[in-house]
Amino acid sequence: MADSKSKLNTRWNWLKSAAAIVISLFFFAPFYIILSLSFKARTDRTSYWLFPKEPTFDAYAYALDRGDIGLAIVNTLIVTVFSVVLVLIFGAIAAYPLARHKTRINKFILSCFVGVMMVPPLSVLVPIYKELVAIGGINTFWGIILITVTYNLPMSIFMFSNFITGIPKELDEAALIDGCSQFMIFPRIILPNMVPVISSVLILTGVAIWNDYSFQLYVLQKPKLKTITLAISSFFTEGNSNMPAAAAAAVLSVLPVAIIYLCLQKYFIKGTMDSAIK
Amino acid sequence: MKKKQNLGSFLSSDPRALTLLTLPAVILFISFVVVPIISGINISFTNWNGYSQSYSYVGFDNYRKMVSDPQVWTAFRNTLIYGFGSTFIQTILGLSFAMLLCSKFFFRSAARTVIYLPAMVAQLIIGYIWYFIVTYERGALNDILVLFGADKVDWMSRGMRAVIIITIINSIAYCGKTMIIFIAGLQAIPDMYKEAASIDGANGWQTFRNITIPMLLPAFTTSLVLNIIGGLKMFGLVVAMTNGGPGYASHSLSSLINNLYFANQQAGYSAAVGMFSFAFIVIVNVLLNKYLQKKEMQYNG
Repeated sequence: MADSKSKLNTRWNWLKSAAAIVISLFFFAPFYIILSLSFKARTDRTSYWLFPKEPTFDAYAYALDRGDIGLAIVNTLIVTVFSVVLVLIFGAIAAYPLARHKTRINKFILSCFVGVMMVPPLSVLVPIYKELVAIGGINTFWGIILITVTYNLPMSIFMFSNFITGIPKELDEAALIDGCSQFMIFPRIILPNMVPVISSVLILTGVAIWNDYSFQLYVLQKPKLKTITLAISSFFTEGNSNMPAAAAAAVLSVLPVAIIYLCLQKYFIKGTMDSAIK
Repeated sequence: MKKKQNLGSFLSSDPRALTLLTLPAVILFISFVVVPIISGINISFTNWNGYSQSYSYVGFDNYRKMVSDPQVWTAFRNTLIYGFGSTFIQTILGLSFAMLLCSKFFFRSAARTVIYLPAMVAQLIIGYIWYFIVTYERGALNDILVLFGADKVDWMSRGMRAVIIITIINSIAYCGKTMIIFIAGLQAIPDMYKEAASIDGANGWQTFRNITIPMLLPAFTTSLVLNIIGGLKMFGLVVAMTNGGPGYASHSLSSLINNLYFANQQAGYSAAVGMFSFAFIVIVNVLLNKYLQKKEMQYNG
């Protein structure tokens, strides 16, 4: 009886494995297609499904050279690194009082921030553009960084304050009794406990900013300042003559995130779970 | 001098002083959220073209035009389809994958990795990748059709079909996030509940219906809110796949706003549509939150 049940279980598991493999193939197919296309010669008219018999790096050379994908990656890196650092700092220090002292003003501030999470960027981009023109922030890195930080802060404040609420308040009180000033409690006591949530926020906002399109489209209009998403779109608007190069550009833009994701998968999944906890 | 001392003691011992730590965030919020919303309302009453110095106030003209503009209504309908359609498909896909991939077996982790991978990729780039699949000439999907002797289909040539295809692609690409949320929810269900149910003689469906679903309610709530907000904000995918076409048939409100501003230089009108989409999403969220709070109260009380 027990034996037949375990046999049934193994068969059931093989069935599940088969289903998992089929689903994975389906999800990987789009990536396979841009990979295979990116190694084709420009004149190769065979089906996208067929991997080229003589793979060539021409498309990559074209994308890096003419499409300035290399420069775009550097620009995106600058915007992402500075924005993420500011989001982490501003978010963490703002979350501490909001999580610890539920005064009326703090509750009001927190609900304003949470509200920003649902603002569709496009609905306010025309006025933001006008404002940035007025203060000289169009076509500058500081302009895009300020806007990016503003709209990514709410998520980090939300996650940080949820996490801090879970840290026992007795720690703060003990530190106060020991003569720690109230402004030093956060860096000395709370911050060292926040490493796990910091890594989650780092990953989530990092990916969101790396992938941003709408804000960058409005703020960065000079070719020299193009970020990845902007650089790629130029491959698809200038008459679709060089498909392998467009595919190569897409591969190059996905590659950095994909590699980091595959190495730090555990943290990506934990980050998504953290963001979902209320 | 005395005032300074008071300030000193306020800073060192009054917890309200800690609110000062929110100052950088609050300043950014006022400068780039509050000010733009107010100035957006202002612009929406003008005929500004987006670049010139001069413009004049036109009262409610933009809003009056909006009510009778078929472009806006189509974009509004599409936004609803993108938002609620994606949420529906994503919930089904995410929950199925989570149920399949929560017990241990060969290839389980690899499958999770691959399903979640597209969620790391920008909407715009997802759109461009799928462009190679649904495009008419040499498209990967049409290649398969031809292989089986069928005729090629110009997938994105009809408005409603394009809207549905974009909704499906959005759901496939980002259901990995929903899956992860549901896996977290499934792992949080204590084994003893299911054991108790099986001792009581409940079959698989009964356990699913009466234990799993209610226990997953918080996960449902979260994924619902995230997916609806995400779908209603849809922009990059539409730009990449159809740029709103054919005609304006597949525009979302966001891509229409962008189009009015960049292609038609109607900044005033574009701001009016922006204010409309902003107000609409706020209303949807307020209603959604009210409804879900009530629902969770019912289950807990």
